Amino acid sequence: MEYVIEMLNIRKVFGTFVANDNITLQVKKGEIHALLGENGAGKSTLMNVLFGLYQPDGGEIRVKGNPVRITDPNVANDLGIGMVHQHFMLVDTFTVTENIILGSEPTRVGTIDMKRAEREVRELSERYGLAVDPTAKIADISVGMQQRVEILKTLYRGADILIFDEPTAVLTPQEIRELMQIMRTLVREGKSIILITHKLKEIMEVCDRVTVIRRGKGIATLNVAETNPNELAALMVGREVQFTTAKKPAEPGKPVLEIKDLVVKDARGIKAVNGLNLTVHAGEIVGIAGVDGNGQTELIEAITGLIKAESGTIRLNGRDITNLPPRKIIEAGVGHIPQDRHKHGLVLDFPIGENMVLQTYYQPPYSKRGLLNFQAIYEKARQLIREFDVRTPDEYTKARALSGGNQQKAIIGREVDRDPDLLIAAQPTRGLDVGAIEFIHKRLIEQRDRGKAVLLVSFELDEVMNVSDRIAVIYEGNIVAIVDPKETTEQELGLLMAGSKRKEAGVS
Amino acid sequence: MKSNRLQQFLIPLLAVLLGMIAGSIVMLASGYNPIAGFYALVYGAFGDTYYIGETIRQTTPYILTGLAVAFAFRTGLFNIGVEGQLIVGWLAAVWVGVSFDLPKIIHLPLALLAAALAGALWGLIPGVLKAYLKVHEVIITIMMNYIALHVTNAIIRSVLSDEGFKSKPVKESASLHSDFFDAITHHSTMHYGIFIAVAAAFVMWFLLERTTKGFELRAVGFNQHASQYAGMNVRANIILAMVISGAFAGVAGAMEGLGTFGNISTKAGFTGLGFDGIAVALIGGNNAFGILLSALLFGALKVGALEMPSSAGVPTELVDIIIALIIFFVASSYMIRWLLSRWQKGAE
Ligand SMILES: Nc1ncnc2c1ncn2[C@@H]1O[C@H](COP(=O)(O)OP(=O)(O)OP(=O)(O)O)[C@@H](O)[C@H]1O
Ligand SMILES: [Mg+2]
Repeated sequence: MEYVIEMLNIRKVFGTFVANDNITLQVKKGEIHALLGENGAGKSTLMNVLFGLYQPDGGEIRVKGNPVRITDPNVANDLGIGMVHQHFMLVDTFTVTENIILGSEPTRVGTIDMKRAEREVRELSERYGLAVDPTAKIADISVGMQQRVEILKTLYRGADILIFDEPTAVLTPQEIRELMQIMRTLVREGKSIILITHKLKEIMEVCDRVTVIRRGKGIATLNVAETNPNELAALMVGREVQFTTAKKPAEPGKPVLEIKDLVVKDARGIKAVNGLNLTVHAGEIVGIAGVDGNGQTELIEAITGLIKAESGTIRLNGRDITNLPPRKIIEAGVGHIPQDRHKHGLVLDFPIGENMVLQTYYQPPYSKRGLLNFQAIYEKARQLIREFDVRTPDEYTKARALSGGNQQKAIIGREVDRDPDLLIAAQPTRGLDVGAIEFIHKRLIEQRDRGKAVLLVSFELDEVMNVSDRIAVIYEGNIVAIVDPKETTEQELGLLMAGSKRKEAGVS
Repeated sequence: MKSNRLQQFLIPLLAVLLGMIAGSIVMLASGYNPIAGFYALVYGAFGDTYYIGETIRQTTPYILTGLAVAFAFRTGLFNIGVEGQLIVGWLAAVWVGVSFDLPKIIHLPLALLAAALAGALWGLIPGVLKAYLKVHEVIITIMMNYIALHVTNAIIRSVLSDEGFKSKPVKESASLHSDFFDAITHHSTMHYGIFIAVAAAFVMWFLLERTTKGFELRAVGFNQHASQYAGMNVRANIILAMVISGAFAGVAGAMEGLGTFGNISTKAGFTGLGFDGIAVALIGGNNAFGILLSALLFGALKVGALEMPSSAGVPTELVDIIIALIIFFVASSYMIRWLLSRWQKGAE
């Protein structure tokens, strides 16, 4: 009765592709167990098997020592297994409580007992330190709060084994710290947790044990106290990984992107970008550091033409591109790795091959006299899949079926391959494994070295400090400071991002 | 993999069979002989060359209305206005058909083109409203159906006839009538339109799957945000999709105006061809080849059903129920798929 969950020699095959090749995962009661592996290693698949979304093709699952067959998520619920999905499954127009009780509503003489439900939700929230307002509308609360609602949903259904699939990928650093705290509270209250994350730091910080898988095979299970990030990275990737990417000093050339007095309103009509000025030169990477919601999204969407700028100008290579249609801006030489890969980056129901020509499908050689040239399209797709190590059964597979990290690699491949004069990379490594991150950083630096301008937006300070040649700190829609990454610290950046002036931050 | 192919094929057949069983129960319960009933249905659809001709004639507009609905579906739109687009197409075709004296090689294509343009115009309006004002196309297309019906009736009365209820027949040079089919199918109303309908199915497949424009239309249909991000003009594509969908519907009207009837009469209500097109498209999986088959199913049921009251004595109301049951089972074939997968799991 030592293990609450035992997945023994689990095998899962898609067509001819083996996603899980006899993987064994054993989770002890009251521990936080990390599941670590490259993009496409089969982590989500394994968890979907445990949660009853997929049926295994082999192996055995035991819960608290008893062999079980988890035929659907309801069975998983009954066994006390809850899952917090990476893409939340909440009804936007419902309140927190309504979302939580959906499907297991407490009733009193045939009507929903909302008062009781709210009380129960509030109690649960307090007990685990979640600080969720049971009466708030989902649409009105932050992503971090929405995630907590997902956690409450599983707790409300009586889960004592919680699966988190990349919970921190969508969170700000502050929210991540809070989530860690919540997870500690959960295990203290006797819950067990399986945590999927690509961030080794997080594993070292909160996890007790870690199971590493690579290309569908179980590699090792280790005590976190007895290992270190280097060993974990090497185990999962199968080679040594450099955490900081070596690069030559930048040799900035002429200005490529020049933004003057830009004002952009957000969907609510508030000035999200408020008189912003910024220049990015050829041959340099400018990183934008800032807390989420300070105008980063609106800035990028205005540059790429997805939303209209109120006033100000945006120039590319000296040419005014303000408020041009997106296609004109793309043709002028802008590449864009979007923040939300499902919303903007991919047509999920298209094959991965067709997604590779999403912007260029109408140009030769992909289009000839108005007809698609599939040979050329899939030729290009195969080249990019090879070059960017996109793990997919083949180029005809729907983008939807790829693992999150591999979808991201496909998008990056497409954008870098178009060789734009300005490459905008918004959260380019979100959800990527350490090996892939190293690779992407190298490609960004390579673009720079070839004389291209790169604008990097990231909530990961590590990434901004590591890759950028200059860091522009954005706060309330303005660039409040430009700093040299070699002469700044995370502390200083943190203070600047919170709105304090340069002087107060202790730098002259 | 192989068993999947087989399933693709077997499931619709199984669905029809289940529908027939359910229909049999209904007939038995009401005191009719199901064997005689279904014999009449099948005989009435395929029993001799006359019936086959009628079935094909009925299938012709179904193919086109099915394509119209499917084209919109595939591009992310729900075109309930196929009925109205068909009616204006019918009117335009007949109008051109009676008004000119031209060689057939010009007159017939001109009449077809007029029908396509009229349907396209009827699709353009909801398309523009959707693209620029975000008005839902379902609401506008329903309204457009009524406008089409009444405007057409008014034009038939005041322009195409002298306060009558029927236009003159279209000129021979614009007619789809076929002496050849007439001869081999014992004077059924089958006409050359079937070739146009099958060609249209090919056009739809080609347009969507092979052309650059089709790539764009499909992309916008699946994900407008990604399409905009990729530089596609989302509004223009929404409008174009409705226009093309409407053009298919308009040609469906031409099948009736230049082929089946050879004229146009005032209508008390809708033809139903456009609404049935929604079911044809869904059952055909919104795919050109599938629509050919599902249109044939609908055509056969519609024509065969006419035989049930006369030769098996089943009252028309009951026939309608039986036909609906068969369609219901085909439409819910995903249920059968689910049952099959349960079965297979149990057998393991
Ligand atoms: N429904 C499916 N059909 C076909 N292949 C699939 C399907 N789901 C997953 N795969 C494949 O199985 C492999 C494992 O996918 P999975 O989502 O489990 O990866 P992961 O370890 O969660 O990766 P990531 O860290 O990128 O999220 C991938 O190569 C993916 O393409
Ligand atoms: Mg995953």
